[in-house]
Amino acid sequence: MGEGDYLALAAGAANTIAVSVLAIAIGTPLGLGLALIRWGQVRGLDGIIATIVSLLRATPAVTLVLLVYFALPTIGLEVPRFAAGVATLTLGTMAYNCEIWRATLLAFPSDQLDAARAFGMPRGLRLRLIVLPQIARAALPALVNEMTLIIKVSPAVAVIGVIEATRAAVRIGAATYDPIPPFLVALAIYVVVIGAFVATQRMLERRRRAGPLA
Amino acid sequence: MMPRGIEVLWEQRDAMLSGLLTTLGITVVAAVCAGLLGLVLFSLLISRFRAVALALAWLIDLMRCVPFMLFCYMIYYGLPSFGIVIGNLMAGITALTIYNAAYIAELLRGGYQALPREGVEAGHAFGFHGWRLLSRIILPPVLLASIPMLGNQMVQIIKDSAFLVIIAVQELTFAANEIQATYYVPFASFVCAMLLYWVLCLAVEAGVRVVLAMAEARR
Repeated sequence: MGEGDYLALAAGAANTIAVSVLAIAIGTPLGLGLALIRWGQVRGLDGIIATIVSLLRATPAVTLVLLVYFALPTIGLEVPRFAAGVATLTLGTMAYNCEIWRATLLAFPSDQLDAARAFGMPRGLRLRLIVLPQIARAALPALVNEMTLIIKVSPAVAVIGVIEATRAAVRIGAATYDPIPPFLVALAIYVVVIGAFVATQRMLERRRRAGPLA
Repeated sequence: MMPRGIEVLWEQRDAMLSGLLTTLGITVVAAVCAGLLGLVLFSLLISRFRAVALALAWLIDLMRCVPFMLFCYMIYYGLPSFGIVIGNLMAGITALTIYNAAYIAELLRGGYQALPREGVEAGHAFGFHGWRLLSRIILPPVLLASIPMLGNQMVQIIKDSAFLVIIAVQELTFAANEIQATYYVPFASFVCAMLLYWVLCLAVEAGVRVVLAMAEARR
């Protein structure tokens, strides 16, 4: 492997991180929104969201990315590869996030909400000051786990031609007839990226234990 | 647009069905093999051979950082470098098996650690050891506690099997992609594939519920 190959792998790694981080940044709040709608038992929406989430959770990322990339143009929506990749991973992580947030919401002790309501705290404030900080803490391990899962399915975007770390490694292997070294570099990239997420989670949990509020 | 798509899909139903059956076959074979290999790895993880257990735990942690698609390429392109040449279907099943066995071993270990120690110690006291301790004392409660997680892993295998399209295994996503490329009906063909994956996953979930109910009834 030459210097150019390492650069190509670095560019691939940048794409892997960009696609994953964008999907996480958009998908996590979307999932929370869906979970809140289901939690609030909005008539009609509840069942629709449950069905869509179930379908999305059963759909392989490869299939979904092909659908997004090839089907959107048929309704006149031309999307660039990268955007199609981000949209796909966002949909997937949104569905899983909805389940994670919903589980923590269902486990939330209602007496706290009753007390806040008794003191006349309005709904939005109850949500923002009482519910969200606590469920965010409770959901953190599951959320980080889901983030690492997104990084692990991110190579799916390679099937529509986004050159991320895995695809970059395959291309170098094909060009040099020596696939093992680029695969090992790609492997190291994933270990570092996923390790960074897990380390951040541990740090946040340590800080939380150190102080009463964080 | 959509009606024509459905028409085309109906004409191509044999191709779609063959893709579905391939996905089903791959999933079942890989799940059984991964389950068995996972059991072996689990028994090594909790064995007295500390060095083996530690090395294995490290390897499993490493495996859990690897995207399945990268692992699949490593098996497909990497094995020939070691003089092992297998077809793409075999490469795909091998990759699915090894990859998921690592996850299964890990989730069984999690179930084992959550178990109260007394049962195993009592088994020891009554002279159970080795295979009999594992099969009579350890595995029944561990497997019972792991049923939902094993179901999740089965769903994961179904979803991971779609990645095999990249090494040209003719499974469900491959079939949908062929039809879409030939007749230009991307919407209908991929939505149809999604619905079929959904049915497979719902069937697994239903299966998990049945097994749990059976386990509950026998208790």
